[in-house]
Amino acid sequence: MRYHDPWYDALASGWGELDGAGVPAPEVPYARREDEGRALRAGDVYVEVQRSAAFQEVRSRYLRFVVPGMIVFLAWYVAYVVAATTAPGLMARPVAGAVNVGMVAGLGQFLTTFLLTWAYARHARLRRDRAALELRWDTQELTRGVRGGVS
Amino acid sequence: MTGNHQTLALLLFSGFVAVTLGITTWVSRNRHGSAEEFYAGGRLFSPMENGFAIAGDYMSAASFLGVTGLIALYGYDGLLYVVGFLVAWLVVLFLVAELVRNCGRFTLADVVAARMSERPVRIAAGTSSVTVSVLYLVAQMVGAGSLVSLLLGGTSPAARAWTVIGVGALMVIYVSLGGMRATTWIQIVKAILLLSTTVALTVLVLVRFHGNVDQLLLTAADRSGHGLAFLAPGLKYGGDWTARFDFMSLGLALVLGTAGLPHILSRFYTVPTARAARRSVIWSIGLVGAFYLMTIVLGFAAAAIVGPEAMRKSNAAGNTAVPLLALDLGGANSTGGTVLFAIVAAVAFATILAVVAGITLASSASVAHDLYASLRRRRAKPYSEVAVARTAAVGIGVIAIALGLLARDLNVAFLVGLAFAVAASANLPVLLYSLFWRGFTTRGAVWAVYGGLIPALGLVLLSPVVSGSPDSLFPGVDFQFFPLQNPGLVSIPLGFLAGWLGTVTSTEVPDEAKHAETEVRALTGAGAV
Repeated sequence: MRYHDPWYDALASGWGELDGAGVPAPEVPYARREDEGRALRAGDVYVEVQRSAAFQEVRSRYLRFVVPGMIVFLAWYVAYVVAATTAPGLMARPVAGAVNVGMVAGLGQFLTTFLLTWAYARHARLRRDRAALELRWDTQELTRGVRGGVS
Repeated sequence: MTGNHQTLALLLFSGFVAVTLGITTWVSRNRHGSAEEFYAGGRLFSPMENGFAIAGDYMSAASFLGVTGLIALYGYDGLLYVVGFLVAWLVVLFLVAELVRNCGRFTLADVVAARMSERPVRIAAGTSSVTVSVLYLVAQMVGAGSLVSLLLGGTSPAARAWTVIGVGALMVIYVSLGGMRATTWIQIVKAILLLSTTVALTVLVLVRFHGNVDQLLLTAADRSGHGLAFLAPGLKYGGDWTARFDFMSLGLALVLGTAGLPHILSRFYTVPTARAARRSVIWSIGLVGAFYLMTIVLGFAAAAIVGPEAMRKSNAAGNTAVPLLALDLGGANSTGGTVLFAIVAAVAFATILAVVAGITLASSASVAHDLYASLRRRRAKPYSEVAVARTAAVGIGVIAIALGLLARDLNVAFLVGLAFAVAASANLPVLLYSLFWRGFTTRGAVWAVYGGLIPALGLVLLSPVVSGSPDSLFPGVDFQFFPLQNPGLVSIPLGFLAGWLGTVTSTEVPDEAKHAETEVRALTGAGAV
């Protein structure tokens, strides 16, 4: 029985290996095919997919979120650590009751971590997952075509 | 501590050991013995299960006992640790979890070696993974040793030694018999136990202070003897500039190290897809974040309720803050206090045991899958990998027991910080370069690993931790050269620099097709196992 859902399909397939159960026997016996030619053509599939507009779109959506996100939270964290070690006076300034600037900044780190986690998950779910799934499916179809001679 | 505490704590802990051994037996009853099963538990855990397991792997005794102790003694400066431990997860979530799940099979080296000449890269990445794991493991073993003498009253060296040996033997049994599946379930059980204990203690603290956090902080500041300075940074790391740079170094190591810890990376392979890996990281960020927020409350509560003198008397580093707090919250000299104290002690032991099992599994995977597979003779039997991994688990157990016995006087938090620094210097640069840099080459990969690993370890050897100060490992001799205790500030940039240098100086033309394959696979999941 073969699942036609690529998420399941992936469990049976390996890194640079032929699929397990369910794939029709290759028309040409395995031993006769030239390994290098096969690898080259399978590699070509990935180059082709990488150059496709669909993949470039997924890639740039990922990078457009992750790069600014990383810069923002690393800068915020480094600023926090540097402020805590070099400007304790600023951090000790009271805000309300016993709570001071340092406490607010520390809890702010927790808050931004939770917020960025939520934003990342939402961005990935809405902007990336669907396109990535389709690309995965297409890529696996292409490599299967190249490798097995059938699809 | 009285006999009642000991008996009850031992009873509860034996219960935990019995349950986990039961899990191990039950899980290994119908295992297949494949590498997939042993290293990745069949890759069929749900995101929630894996999220709990990741949180279980991450919330070590160092955070439960060590960080609360630091907050209780030094106030705000202990809180800085907690922030670093949590923010680090964003690096994991953004750059590592999904891509590593898509590209690799079992270990960090899988991701790197896919693009490069396999043997040298695998040996390098395997070596650094095992080094990081062993450092982390020794920290946990040392923690177990000091915990037993602190909590169960037996300060004799023999009791310590037997605890370390016992913990080591149990972890070898869990790992070599149960593999990833048993280890994951043990982590889940432990995470639930630890979180519910922490929630219960936090609720009791808030009830004691009638929900008034402000009053809790003021009482803590008052009782600490430092006044309001207790609530601001500077008590521990505010001295001279060496101390301040040391803290920045630690902060950098904490935030970048998590993404290079082998036992965290290997957890992403226990779920079926990258999306599931992402969701498990989100679960663990929620759990870890909630846990650390509660440890802040517990740390300040220990300062307010137990007071610094009582804590210092019990343990100079403050490691017993939480158990002492539990004793007081349950009602000192009453059954409630005894029960709560025993529960906390047993949970702390369970924490150490579970974390130790997770690290042992990850390092045995590195030994068998990376080092042995690269160094063995060509015609070895194909099914031997799991057998090698089981043997490696025994070997690593023995090494960890031996080092744990030798290093028993080292500070636990320092060892954990060191493991994070080595992970950030040796593992993170090579991982990020191979995922994101088109022109990265084999020489770059090898240089990135050794260029981070060797400076990190070398600087520690030349630091005041090893020689030249009264607290160091060899106080008699002085070959101290590097002033900081944590090498991260220097060795992490060196790791990145070495990777870049190795790449630009190598004559190898980067394989465009392989880079395309890595990138497409990383972002889409095509061909992922």
